[in-house]
Amino acid sequence: MPSPRYTRDIPARYRLDAARCSACGHVALPRRTICSGCRSQDMEPVRLTRRGTVVTSTVIHVPPDEFTTEAPYAMAIIETPEGARLMAQVVDCQAEEVVPGMELSLEFRRIRREGHGGILCYGHKGVPVRRHEA
Amino acid sequence: MAGIIGYGAYIPRNRIRTDEIAQQWGREPASIRAGLLLEEKSVPGLDEDTITISVAAARDALARADVDPSRVGALYIGSESHPYAVKPSGTVVAEALGVGPEYHTADFEFACKAGTEAMFVALGLVESGRVEYALGIGADTSQGAPGDALEYSASAGGAAFLFGRENPVADVLDAVSYTSDTADFWRREGEYYPRHGGRFTGEPAYFKHVLGAARLILERTGIPPADFRHAVFHMPNGKFPLSVGAQLGFRRDQLETGWVVPTMGNTYSGSSPTGLAAILDEASPDDLILITSFGSGAGSDAFVLRATERLPEVRDRAPTVRAMLDGSRRYLSYGEYAKYREKIRMNS
Repeated sequence: MPSPRYTRDIPARYRLDAARCSACGHVALPRRTICSGCRSQDMEPVRLTRRGTVVTSTVIHVPPDEFTTEAPYAMAIIETPEGARLMAQVVDCQAEEVVPGMELSLEFRRIRREGHGGILCYGHKGVPVRRHEA
Repeated sequence: MAGIIGYGAYIPRNRIRTDEIAQQWGREPASIRAGLLLEEKSVPGLDEDTITISVAAARDALARADVDPSRVGALYIGSESHPYAVKPSGTVVAEALGVGPEYHTADFEFACKAGTEAMFVALGLVESGRVEYALGIGADTSQGAPGDALEYSASAGGAAFLFGRENPVADVLDAVSYTSDTADFWRREGEYYPRHGGRFTGEPAYFKHVLGAARLILERTGIPPADFRHAVFHMPNGKFPLSVGAQLGFRRDQLETGWVVPTMGNTYSGSSPTGLAAILDEASPDDLILITSFGSGAGSDAFVLRATERLPEVRDRAPTVRAMLDGSRRYLSYGEYAKYREKIRMNS
């Protein structure tokens, strides 16, 4: 990802800054100025809680080159308590353990490295809720 | 009086046992364990580094303090494994926390004492009134060369401390630093692994500076060792902190809570700060606490703290160090460890 685009995504990627439609309640991540559900322009900022539930997931066995050492790994659509959905890796567990309904905490992790000398990209990944956090 | 108003720690879930490393290099596991008093150590995930560890620890510090991050006026991270050679770790961490843009930040490096350096400066800025709140963080994903003695100890983790003047969980009664130019351990620019002077890292380095800083602060505060409930000293292995504690006149039970190294390893800049976090997880109001770090090169910072009534009230807002050490873990083979620590040369 080029560094200018990465920098512009920081509010959503680093802090899970989203927007909730005051008219229909739809929550958009990243923030939008117009609701994709009802076209209302009355969007208020909301910061998502760093928790979520797996809606659906898949296991990546043939990854892009830069993720070779991580395969196989799970990618999931995760829904937060606010109703926002994001796609993220689920880590710190076996990929096949990731199933719909699994409770996750969203932790700040390095997402990728831009080649050998490029920028480091950070964001959130799902981690199964630890026993002491349940 | 300025003090710690929130604290947090983070230890990755991956572990490797001392026995696994010893067997890889044809060493006798029992003698290594007995010699270093190390059972296992934490290993960072492929996506964990000083920045991610700092964010996790600092989020818990802010949660325990219940402070709006935008009021944090300074943020310092001490580490010898900052992911960038040029570009601060602090800016990434601050953005993730919601700190700024009106704040001051810098990355510190002083081998294993960079974390307490960050705390020392954060404390000073709060005491002077320059900023309302300041974060001092120590975190590392430390490096040990394959087959080197450091490989048994070099681990990953960190702790964050938010300093302020109101509602402290621990008052800071005094802070001192004791430093000299000592070439006991170093890593030159561009080198992947550190090098060290073997036994020279002991008496002329670790013990000289830890004893120097601890004796200085005990003298300045006038508090005898027997009056402390807890003490933690930098933990390059299991033996050194117990030995230096005994030399200063501390009993084993005073050292036990902060002595997290047998199952955590040496988290370098996060070592004694994580020990302090473990102590704050259990300390009672009015308990006196001594923390003394050590960084090769060489120097020690020492702080004397007194826990307050607020400490037990905020403790449960975040996971404890003991819960992270004893909670869900994943044990790695040496091969997996070599992959996780990027010791395997790949085509890129």
